[in-house]
Formats: sequence, structure tokens, C-alpha cells
Amino acid sequence: MFRTTKILPTLCAFTLAWSALATTGVYAAETITLGAAVSFTGKYSTNGMHTKNGYDLAVARINETGGIKVGDNTYELKIIYYDDESTPARGTQLIERLVNQDKVNFILGPYSSGLTKAIAPVTEKYRVPMVEGNGASRALFDQGYRYLFAVLSTSEQYLQSAVDLAAERASAMGKEPSSVRIAGVFENDPFSQDVRAGVLDDAKRHGMKMVIDDKLPPEINDMSTSLTKVRALKPDLLVVSGHAKGAALAIRQVSEMKIDVPMLALTHCDSAQVIDKFGKTAEYALCASQWDRTLSYKDEWFGTAEEYAQLFETTYNYAPPYQAAESTATVLTFVDAFQRAGSIDKEKVRDALATTDRETFYGHIDFDDSGKNIAKPMVLYQVQDGEYKVVAPTKWASSELRHPTPPWAQRQP
Amino acid sequence: MDNITILVDAPILLVQLLLDGLLAGAIFALAAYGMALVWGVMNIINVSQGEYVMLGGFVAVLLAEAGIHPMLGVPLAALLLYLLGWLIYRLVIFRIVDRDLFISLLATFGISILLQQLANQMFGADVRTAEGELGTSFLFDGMVTIANIKLAAALIAVLTGGALWLFLKKSRLGQAIRATAQNARAARIMGIDTDRVYATTFALNAAICGAAGALVAMTWIIHPYFGLVYTIRSFMIVVVAGLGNLLGVIAAGLGLGAAENFAGFVLGVEYQAAFVFTLLVVILLARNLLLGRKRQYLK
Repeated sequence: MFRTTKILPTLCAFTLAWSALATTGVYAAETITLGAAVSFTGKYSTNGMHTKNGYDLAVARINETGGIKVGDNTYELKIIYYDDESTPARGTQLIERLVNQDKVNFILGPYSSGLTKAIAPVTEKYRVPMVEGNGASRALFDQGYRYLFAVLSTSEQYLQSAVDLAAERASAMGKEPSSVRIAGVFENDPFSQDVRAGVLDDAKRHGMKMVIDDKLPPEINDMSTSLTKVRALKPDLLVVSGHAKGAALAIRQVSEMKIDVPMLALTHCDSAQVIDKFGKTAEYALCASQWDRTLSYKDEWFGTAEEYAQLFETTYNYAPPYQAAESTATVLTFVDAFQRAGSIDKEKVRDALATTDRETFYGHIDFDDSGKNIAKPMVLYQVQDGEYKVVAPTKWASSELRHPTPPWAQRQP
Repeated sequence: MDNITILVDAPILLVQLLLDGLLAGAIFALAAYGMALVWGVMNIINVSQGEYVMLGGFVAVLLAEAGIHPMLGVPLAALLLYLLGWLIYRLVIFRIVDRDLFISLLATFGISILLQQLANQMFGADVRTAEGELGTSFLFDGMVTIANIKLAAALIAVLTGGALWLFLKKSRLGQAIRATAQNARAARIMGIDTDRVYATTFALNAAICGAAGALVAMTWIIHPYFGLVYTIRSFMIVVVAGLGNLLGVIAAGLGLGAAENFAGFVLGVEYQAAFVFTLLVVILLARNLLLGRKRQYLK
């Protein structure tokens, strides 16, 4: 007994001394720690995983390529993660913990507008910069937050290009854009109502009429009443926004009820995996996306968007959804800010973030005063022969739009 | 107002709305049927009802993903959920029979959270569907379209409901279940193993919900957190139908389904739920008034 009590402290002291020596001697690089509360469990767990994979890929890449040079020092990156269980209350607690206990000075955003909305007041209180890539609600950017920056396009832009596209097609067919009639079915949640606001703005700009403007309850599981109206009113464009469940329901019920509509535009097609699940019935559908691998963006860390996508695929064995790409871009934005600030002081980094203006594989990033990225457009896919093809905006399009969608009677089953 | 004009212009849409509503109502009625059974026999309001529906749905989804027709998921889900129901009775529910209503609410609420999270861990949080690929039926020159899967689902729902009703009326076990519902103590004195009756009832409820869930996955969508919708619908239908009135449950399910669809069309989908809950209040008030009158008469 006597012996062990003596040996133990000696051993401890020795180990401590050794490890201290090891860290100072061998690993010269210091570490910048980023903090993130991401949904590993709960209803956002799938997208939470995409978010984490996106963050991890960026960190691995930065560290592999020699870390970040900030002033005279070189730093490696590290992320401390916690599981926010997809609940806002837990998210706020964890950010408090990251800032107060783990002494993290830089926060990476969670998944979803709701959770971002919950934690932004906390990062604001502690004056800790947060860069996020998964909270698109525009309500995040009218609060006057100073420490919040978002690399993605805000939600009202999701389906605006669909309205523009419908106007373009009307002109091409010799009709007035104002003759286009729009049917909108939007989930009654902040995100989809933002999407709706964007569509309404654009419809107004073109002088178009909204013939249907339905608000689906968030627990929706049936869209048949709205689609019955679509059958009666025969609009030129049907716009549906209701996360993955809205996309899945729209594709399923439009095909089952054989609703003929020349143009169908959705959000969240890829989370709903409409091509895998519904095959040919998903053809012609237009889907809003933040990013696509075929776009011609590039940066010095990952190369082109396509090269990023390939690296992601070999690392995680699935193609990167845009949720992962925007998460990676979030980390890159911090890295760029560290380098330009020449310091890891959080105020200096915050100021550097505010003046960000650079290209990444994810797109151009340039924050306005409210912290949202105003330099990157949304793109619109169309499902063509079982693949997503970018059809709008025209500048980035890789394929021709197939329009109008032929009636069901003429489509191959 | 515009929406009423549409209906006046194209009255055929009334048929579409009515059919869609009735067919949706049939599936809700099935889940409600199970709830009425457990409530009536065991005096437990089972708020984990929707979670059995969800689990049944995942059975169909997994079958479809394995290349087997999800229709087989209906009997398979019923079987698996029967076993799960039995297990849950033996682990938890038997402790709360005859206890305060509040305890049973808490316990089943706990079970519901547990099942949600387990499903999330096992199957992921994605929205899933099972494709039956049964095609579409056209009526009235294609003006009314009904997905065949909805017809099949409604048929199965009604058949299952009918079979259950027969089972309760005719079979020995069914009679024992009804006897226990009427007076558990007397039933026990008459030699009925009420514990077994309770276990069977609870397992049967889970099985019915499982079958309903498989139909839901083929008709609409499922994900681990959508159970609550079905719990609330079931609750509403049972309240409207009244306890111990199993045929009433089917009627209430169909009626609410149709009413909801019309309300959604005319008032807009955002008022759909509000309309149905208002209807619920009206029905309860009306029933209370009628009962009140009856009592006075008896005096």
C-alpha cells in the first residue's frame, strides 16, 4: 500500500512532464479550436451528419495542407462537437458551454434556421463570431446581429428563379409574362413562408397572379385538397415548399392524382431523394439548390466544385449534398478571416469576416451588413433522365430546360 | 369565396374531395379503433398510439427497400407489432392498469418518446415512403382520380375493422375482452384471466396500428416523428364516436376525414385542423346538451 501511494504520484509527474515536453518539442503547430453544436440525434440527425462531414472534411484538408498561417504562427484546426438533439433549448445550453467552459472563441453554425435562431442571441451576448451554412431564414438577418455570418443564400431566394424561368418561357412562347398563373403550396413554418414571400415578390414584379396560395400545417401528410384545386384552376407553375416531406408528398400525389401542370418547382428534392424513391414520376420536376458540383467555382483548398465532390465521395462514400458543401464553406470562411486578420483575436476575426470577399468552391462569398451572403445565387435543377441537371440561372445552366411538362396521359409509366 | 365558386363551376370536384376524405378517414379510423379498444377495456388513454403506426410504416418501407411488395407489410407489421405490444404490456403497461389515468398518460407518453428515438436511431430521421405501384383509377372522364393504393388501404381498413368486430362479438376471447371491459372484477370472479385479456387487447391494438402504418407508408409518407398526428386523430375520433362504440369509430373516422377535406378546400388548408377541432367542440357540446335533457327527463 505504502509503495503504490508513492509510485503513483511519481508516475503521474513523469507522464505529465513527458507529455508537456512532447507537445512543445515535437508538435510545434498550435491549435485554433472551433465549436459546434450539431444535431447527431433527433429529427435533424441526417442533415446534422451532412453538416459534420462537411466541417470535418474542411478541417482535415486544412491540416493536411500545413494548417493556417496567421501572422507569424501556423495553426492547426480542431472542432469541439456537441449533440444538440435537434432541440433549440439544448442548442443554447451547449453554446454557453462551448464559450464558458471550453473557452471556444469561434462557433460554427448548427443545422436548420430554427436552431441558428436559438443560438444567435448567445453568440451575440458573448461577442463570439458565428459563421453558419445551414440557417437560411431571413428572420436571422433583420435582428441587427453583429457576430452572425451566413455563407448560404437566404430562403426567400429558393424558388425565385423558378418564377423568373416561368416568365422567360412565357416570353419565349410569345405570351406576356404577366399572363403566367402561379399556384403555391407552402408549409406554415418560417422557412417555407420565407420561400413564399420570395415567390410573391417575384410574381408581383412580373405582374403574375397567385391563383392558389395554400398554407400547409407543419404536420401535413396529405396534399390532395390543394392538388384538387390545381386540377380545377390549371396554373402554369406549381410551387411547393415543405422540406423533404413536402417534396415527397408533392411528387407522389401529383403523379398518383395525375395532376397536369406545365412546371412544378420544389425545395428539398435531394433530402427527399425523389429520384431514388419515385424514379420516372419525378422527371421534369424543378428543384432549388444552394450548390451543385457542376458549377465552375473553385478555390485553393479544394480546387473545383467537382474536385471537392470527388474528395467528399471518396471520404464518405456518398455524393455531397449541398448541406455538406455549405458547411465546408463555413470553415473555409473562418480560415480566410484568420489569415486576413493576422490574429486569432475574436474582435479582429469578426471584422475580417465582415469584409470577406472571395471565391470558394461553393461560390462567391461576400457578406452584407446584416451578415448574409449576397454574392452567391441559388441554382435550379431539373430532374432529367434520372439525374439532376442545372437549368437556371441561365449563366450556370448545364442543360436546356424541358418545358412544358407533358401531360400524364402522354408520359411513359 | 373563390373556392366555393370553383366547386359551383366544377361540382365533380365534390366527388374527388369526398372520396379522398373518406379513403383517408378509413386509415385514421383503423388506428382509432385500436385506441377505442384499449381505452374501453383497460381504461388507458394510450398516447403512444401513433408510434405503433410509425413502426408499422417502417416495416412496409423496409420490405419495399428489400424488393418485396410493401402490401405484405400489412400482415407482417401487424404480426411484429402484436409481439411488440405484448412485450410492452409485460414490461410496463400491466403496472399501470387500474391506476390513475394520469399515470397511464405519463407512462405511454414515455413509451412514445422512447419509440420515436429508437426509430430515429435505427432508421434515420429521413422522410420515407413505400411504393406499392398499384396505379391510378380514373372516374368521370379523368376528372376524378383515385390512387388505387388508397382504395386498397380503405378496403383493408374496413375489412380489418369488420373482422375485429366479429372477433369481439363471437369468439371466446372476444367475449372475455368485452366482459372485462364491462366489469373487470366480475369477469375475474367468473374465471376470466383478465391479465391475459389486457395483454391481448394491448397487443391487438399495436397490431391494428401496425397494419394502419403500413398503409400510411404506401399512401403518404412516414418518418420517426410523425406519430403524434395519428395519436391526436385517433383520440379525436374516439371522443366523437364515444367509448365502446366500435362501429361508431369507423363512421366517425370516415366522417371526420371527409369533413376535413371539404374544410381544407373551402377555407384553405391552414384552417383544416382548426375546423375539425371546432367541430369536435360542437359535437361534445351538443352531446352534453342532449345528455342533460335526457337526465332531466329521467327525473
